[in-house]
Amino acid sequence: MAKIPVQFTLNGSEKAEFIDSGTTLLQALRDKIGDTSPKGGCHQGTCGACSVIIDGELRLSCLTLAETCNGATITTTSGLAEGGVLHPLQRAFLDTFATQCGFCTPGMIMAAKALLDHTPNPSRDEVVEALSGNICRCTGYEPIIQAVLTAARANSQNAA
Amino acid sequence: MALALQTFATVKAANAALKAAGTRYLGGGTLVVRAANEGDVSVSGLIRSTEPSLSTIAVAGDKVCIGASVTMAAIAGHPELGTLAKAARAVGGPAIRNMATVGGNLFAPAPYGDFAVALLALDATVSTDGGETPIETFLANRDGSRAVVTSVSFTLPKADSFRFLKVSRVKPKGVSVLSIAGALELSSDGTVTSARIALGCMADRPMRARAAEKALIGRTLTADGIAPALAAAGDGTSPITDPIASAWYRAEVLPVHLGRLLLA
Repeated sequence: MAKIPVQFTLNGSEKAEFIDSGTTLLQALRDKIGDTSPKGGCHQGTCGACSVIIDGELRLSCLTLAETCNGATITTTSGLAEGGVLHPLQRAFLDTFATQCGFCTPGMIMAAKALLDHTPNPSRDEVVEALSGNICRCTGYEPIIQAVLTAARANSQNAA
Repeated sequence: MALALQTFATVKAANAALKAAGTRYLGGGTLVVRAANEGDVSVSGLIRSTEPSLSTIAVAGDKVCIGASVTMAAIAGHPELGTLAKAARAVGGPAIRNMATVGGNLFAPAPYGDFAVALLALDATVSTDGGETPIETFLANRDGSRAVVTSVSFTLPKADSFRFLKVSRVKPKGVSVLSIAGALELSSDGTVTSARIALGCMADRPMRARAAEKALIGRTLTADGIAPALAAAGDGTSPITDPIASAWYRAEVLPVHLGRLLLA
């Protein structure tokens, strides 16, 4: 089968690849482009480990076909740190021990970023709702919720 | 995964391509890509259309027409569709709601398809290029449907006449134990004059609770008034059994949750 050209902006860089039709965005990111921050967990839309932000919206890369992302702007966790300085969400996840095995962390951080991009000062309930599509089997969720609230506070203090 | 995706500018062209064996329509991907990931080898080709009307929400007075590609997130956030926001938010988590479409929800097998339960209670009409079909007929025949759904339309209920309840074990997001939608009209003295109640997970697809509807007519929404409806709630149901709940459990708790919905 002929390869399909796809082109999109990933974490600020233009990417162009030839892929097989039907390749998921998760496969394209991990296996073609080498961004392994989105994780393949359930491949069923249940765990959220593959979450990325496409054109400002949180989506699941395991259920998104790469060729439908032509021209899109995609953000993954590997694009958050700037010049070696961690993003406030990444910093907060470390500081509140919100990461144990780490497998869910990139998806959690993208879900949290999608929330904070639209709701900079969320309530606890809003954080819980925003993370409701992401499963963690280590932390019991509470440190993750605290991490997001901590990052939101850090953001608002920096903005003040 | 050997899937060939074909994208067409018009629904008409997509419909023609869907005639090929092994093809499925690609909406948000939450059903068909999931099926492919799971190893469903019956899917060999995916068809989609980018016709703009598929992504449009049109509200004129109390008449609503939602394009089949409109997502649950778009409905939940629409300023004139607040009555339906609870049902739209019942679908998945935030990422799923940014992807899952109205058209896809009509085909979602139990325990999914919570929004279709709401549409059934609203007596929606499902449109394809071939014409319009009442949702109840559409759902009954959906397994053989090969035409692209273009939109669903319905009369927007008054906020106090539409009720929706999703029961899940995990909060805030969890797969349905069951879901119930009710469109009720009451007279000035509180007597029920018309009732449409739709159930999710009580069969392999959304279904009407006709016996309960009938038992509500002429009654008031009090514990005594709804008792006959609760007693009849399970008539004609054939609940699914899955890892979330057994058919027995669903049948046992249906009257409890229907009661809570009606007395809310």
